[in-house]
Amino acid sequence: MSDQNKVKPTAPAVQTTGHAWDGDLQEYNNPLPRWWLWSFYGTVVFAVLYWFMFPAWPVGDGWTRGVTTASVIEQGQTVDRPWNTRYQLIAEMQTGDAALRQRAYAEQISSASFQEILDNPEMMAFARSVGRGLFGDNCAACHGSGGQGVVGLFPNLADDAWLWGGTPERIHETLIQGRNGYMPAFGGVLNPSQLTDVSEYVLSLSGLTQPGEAVEPGREIFQGPIGGCYTCHTPEGTGLQSLGSANLTDAIWTLVDLPAEASTEAKRDALSAFIAKGVQGNRVMPGWSDRLSPTDLKLLAVYTHQLGGGQ
Amino acid sequence: MRHEQIETNSGLLIALTLVVISIGGLVEIVPLFYIEETIEEVEGVRPYTPLELLGKDIYQREGCYLCHSQMIRPFRDEWLRYGHYSLAAESRYDHPFQWGSKRTGPDLARLGGKYSDAWHVQHLTAPRSVVPESIMPNYPWLLENDLDYSDVADRMRALRKVGVPYSATDEGYRANVERHGPELADQLDIAQAEDSLLAQAKSANFDGLAGRITEMEALVAYLQVLGTMVDFSQYDEGYFAEFR
Repeated sequence: MSDQNKVKPTAPAVQTTGHAWDGDLQEYNNPLPRWWLWSFYGTVVFAVLYWFMFPAWPVGDGWTRGVTTASVIEQGQTVDRPWNTRYQLIAEMQTGDAALRQRAYAEQISSASFQEILDNPEMMAFARSVGRGLFGDNCAACHGSGGQGVVGLFPNLADDAWLWGGTPERIHETLIQGRNGYMPAFGGVLNPSQLTDVSEYVLSLSGLTQPGEAVEPGREIFQGPIGGCYTCHTPEGTGLQSLGSANLTDAIWTLVDLPAEASTEAKRDALSAFIAKGVQGNRVMPGWSDRLSPTDLKLLAVYTHQLGGGQ
Repeated sequence: MRHEQIETNSGLLIALTLVVISIGGLVEIVPLFYIEETIEEVEGVRPYTPLELLGKDIYQREGCYLCHSQMIRPFRDEWLRYGHYSLAAESRYDHPFQWGSKRTGPDLARLGGKYSDAWHVQHLTAPRSVVPESIMPNYPWLLENDLDYSDVADRMRALRKVGVPYSATDEGYRANVERHGPELADQLDIAQAEDSLLAQAKSANFDGLAGRITEMEALVAYLQVLGTMVDFSQYDEGYFAEFR
């Protein structure tokens, strides 16, 4: 360090500013590099051009709008509006390349029936590619990016079980209206042994326990006035898609986690606990008609239908 | 004035430096005080209800803004993903605004109504249980902590000082009735703050827990109102462009 503090003699070729501080401290006055200087002048010219081209200076209680325009369609007429990001967006959504290309397909989709879309490979290719984005942005948060759902919370859309129906028309209706899952809590209606009995019977419906005398008390509760389960789940236990009541005979469990490797007792206990609790206000599918366009909803219905379980 | 005079007189140097750097600031800031037209005139934007307000404070406390923006820009890709671009008017009662500057997670400006309350509760408690690829931290304490709403009226009073029209007088109340209807005016009345907070929590039950009001309740109430106040179907798209 010490030798850096020594005063170095000024090279005679370099100009100095002429100041001398603390006796001998001098300052070089090197010319700016030429490339830097020209770049700087360039930015000045750019700024002045920008002021004329684009919205820039506040004037009075308004501002200069610039001479650049964006062509937008208003009431069927193409008009030039002063450029800003919002007009540019409108123009891009109306007549941009991507928008026009998509619109050709979107118009086809919106006038076609679901069967026509499903039968047309070109429309299906469009539905798959646009639907993937729509599904990822809007549906995947609950139903998973592949539609696999979350057991106990959000239904699987890729399997064969459909609470509200798996035809494109029903899926479309579900998307537009939203759905509200509900099952009364039976904890206050049935005592613990009755809950166990009815669970035993429900497990037998899908062949997880052997039907026979052991499930007889549960059958009476399910099919009789005490439980009344048959009113929603039907006497056969197949459920009603108009109510969103689950099919209990297909061994697909969307709300109770019943892993195949669990013992029968564990399955029965999980089921009893669930029946005691019911489904109260936390099984909600929002309606999407305010958020997505009719064409988007149709595309999503088709996309969801082709995830694997469509009927 | 000679260079040397300025450089050897630090008081003068400071004064002149301030003059020079304030020019840039003045040119940018001053017009904002008198150009009224950049804030869109739209129906529906209102201050947060007491419950939503506490939710916003929790949002800030947990630093949600560090990873989530609330600012949809007027680009086609953002429009397609998130919905209508954000308006200046929509954050006029946010102090501080939550525009954010970084999207580690998605933008939240139009999150309201997109997912169910139950999803929010599950997702905030354990994000990966619903979105396996998520890197968001768990916030389990939101469901454990009871909401402290004892100071909600003070918080509203503080915001009133900076121009948020919570009502503290009959006159202010009547103005809110006129603007938002009697039901909302009650919720925006500082004297009724605790009552309306309790009423909203009871009727909507955002956290899904009967008999308890948790921090989750407030946060979900806030998340569910984000971006829902303006009914965009009422407006012609060109209307908003006039403000830029």
